[in-house]
Amino acid sequence: MDALLQFLRQLINGLQSGSIYALVALGYTMVYGIVKLINFAHGDIIMIGAYCALFFITLLSGAGLPVWLCVIPAMVFCALLGMLCERVAYRPLRHSPRISSLITAIGISLLLQNGAQLIFSPNPQSVPKIFSAEALTFGSFSISLGAIITIVVSIAIMAGLQTFVKGTRMGKAMRAVSEDDGASKLVGINVNSTIQLTFAIGSALAAIGSVLYISAYPQVQPTMGSLLGLKAFVAAVLGGIGIIPGAMIGGLIMGIFESLTKAYISSQLSDAVVFGILIIVLLVKPSGILGKNTKEKV
Amino acid sequence: MKKFLAICMAAMMAFGAVGCSSSTEGTTETTETTETTEGEETSEATGEEILIGGLAPLTGSVAVYGTTATNGAKLAFAEINANGGILGGSQIKYEVLDEKGDATEAVNAYNKLSSMDMVALLGDITSKPTAAVAEMAASENMPMITPTGTAADITTYGPNVFRVCFLDPTQGKTMATFASETLGATKVAVIHNTSDDYSDGIANAFKEEAAALGMEVVADEGYGNDDVDFRAQLTTIAQSGAEVLLIPDYYGKIALIASQAKEVGVTATLMGGDGWDGVATALDESSYDVVEGAFFCNHYSTMSEDEKVQNFIASYKETYNEEPSAFAALAYDAAYILANAIDAAGSTDKQAIIDAIAATDYDGITGHMTFDENGDPVKTISIIQMQNGAYSLYGTVEP
Repeated sequence: MDALLQFLRQLINGLQSGSIYALVALGYTMVYGIVKLINFAHGDIIMIGAYCALFFITLLSGAGLPVWLCVIPAMVFCALLGMLCERVAYRPLRHSPRISSLITAIGISLLLQNGAQLIFSPNPQSVPKIFSAEALTFGSFSISLGAIITIVVSIAIMAGLQTFVKGTRMGKAMRAVSEDDGASKLVGINVNSTIQLTFAIGSALAAIGSVLYISAYPQVQPTMGSLLGLKAFVAAVLGGIGIIPGAMIGGLIMGIFESLTKAYISSQLSDAVVFGILIIVLLVKPSGILGKNTKEKV
Repeated sequence: MKKFLAICMAAMMAFGAVGCSSSTEGTTETTETTETTEGEETSEATGEEILIGGLAPLTGSVAVYGTTATNGAKLAFAEINANGGILGGSQIKYEVLDEKGDATEAVNAYNKLSSMDMVALLGDITSKPTAAVAEMAASENMPMITPTGTAADITTYGPNVFRVCFLDPTQGKTMATFASETLGATKVAVIHNTSDDYSDGIANAFKEEAAALGMEVVADEGYGNDDVDFRAQLTTIAQSGAEVLLIPDYYGKIALIASQAKEVGVTATLMGGDGWDGVATALDESSYDVVEGAFFCNHYSTMSEDEKVQNFIASYKETYNEEPSAFAALAYDAAYILANAIDAAGSTDKQAIIDAIAATDYDGITGHMTFDENGDPVKTISIIQMQNGAYSLYGTVEP
């Protein structure tokens, strides 16, 4: 019984960190799906979102309002930043070789990271508590409020996003552009604004991810986005990049395996195991867990 | 039009300022000389200057350690010079070269100081360059004291090399003894950074000593440098029944680990080494409870009621307008030990100074100390307890 409880606790730990990976992975996957660009700056947008949230947390707690409201200005700010990046850096290169856009993405990432170091100093800054430390207790088993909120929010967002893409006109436009942007233009879809919307949504999700992140790990620093971004990217590839439920599954698998490896195999081997899984999955199914094998058209 | 003119003026002034600062930078680029008593120098009796060399990273990634340590040493030498100097009125000239935290730069800087006829060396600050310089200094039998180089091998290069800080293993041992004797713990757990020498050094010594004292190490967990999630390891620790959890790392990481420990229900008393100093700055006020009651060992306590410590803190604050770090306190002590030894030796003969340092019996800011046969200090260690975000002195441990 004790061992089972222990296993459940580790599972919840994994679900919590996995949910954050999943939210970030959604941003990678959406952008990749529509413009076939790996947006390496996505991790740093999370970092900017975290600083923005921190700024509003101080304002909100000063005004006596609940601090989790900081997620709204952070989303707006990140969405605008994402659109700005797209307009300034990626749109002019949309029809150049893919490697140019990739290098530009790395450049934007470095720009944001070093800019933040200049503005906010490289020292980590502490974040006040966002959710109260209360825990839900069932007998000898307890789950922290932060863990529940993280898991529920990310699943809800994934479901919402899926309905948006499948059901609405804007979502249909997105899918059309991702299939063939020339043909979409012919049928009257505004390709530029559709792509811009994708960047805005992806970055706003990153902002939600960043608020959940700083509620779980109460520290903000300019380099916080790089490793998180990398792991989320791996999660997106693992689940099948370009596919929305794939990002979710990839993120949760990464989180759970990390947690269980740390708990039952060795706390030092967790990264090795996670990346080992990635290699095996890609060997067996190169397009990822949910990926479809697309045939090259002649 | 007026606005335009004002902007032009402002721009010109800005450029002017940049020009000035860059030209002064040019002259002080590598050398920072302190003539600590500009006013009274000429009035002193013999007027002969004794050159003490200093090495410290004044720029680069560990610059904050180098500058605070240098400030501490400067303060000490200024006081000594103001009180009539050493060797019957000679003034100390303390010349610090920047080594940027790099071993090669440090050796080059050492050679430069050596050719300037320095009498003794106060430095280096971080372990790696200190070890490189210690090897050079040993070949010349140059008296050398490092205030803060903690790696074990530094003092093994020769009998001329001394240090003022305690070693990493000493910290682990001290905390194990403290856990067993003062807290009466029988089950202990460790979580440490496996890619960091400092963290490893403390953790290993702690585990060894714990086993020797009959305590059971019920959990021994590790993590990597870039990790931010420790919930899995901490959940294991929470279930292990440990009464004490050792977290030997630097304050930023500790803040993260301690918050998550509280969340997953770790009830063990938290402990650590001198890296805990500053942990309150890495936590928000609303989260001080996560480290409440934690113990760590440190070189000194700013809360000490010792008059000497309080005087040091007051004059340091007055001169530099900030709280002295442990680095500043250690360098301050190192400077006094060096000056006293030269005075006791009665000359600037190297061997005489080395013998005098070895015979040191000194009451400093960082406690009472003598040197053992390796040149490592035998000194008091302060045990600090976290209370509501403040570092209160719990007690001291005699060697």
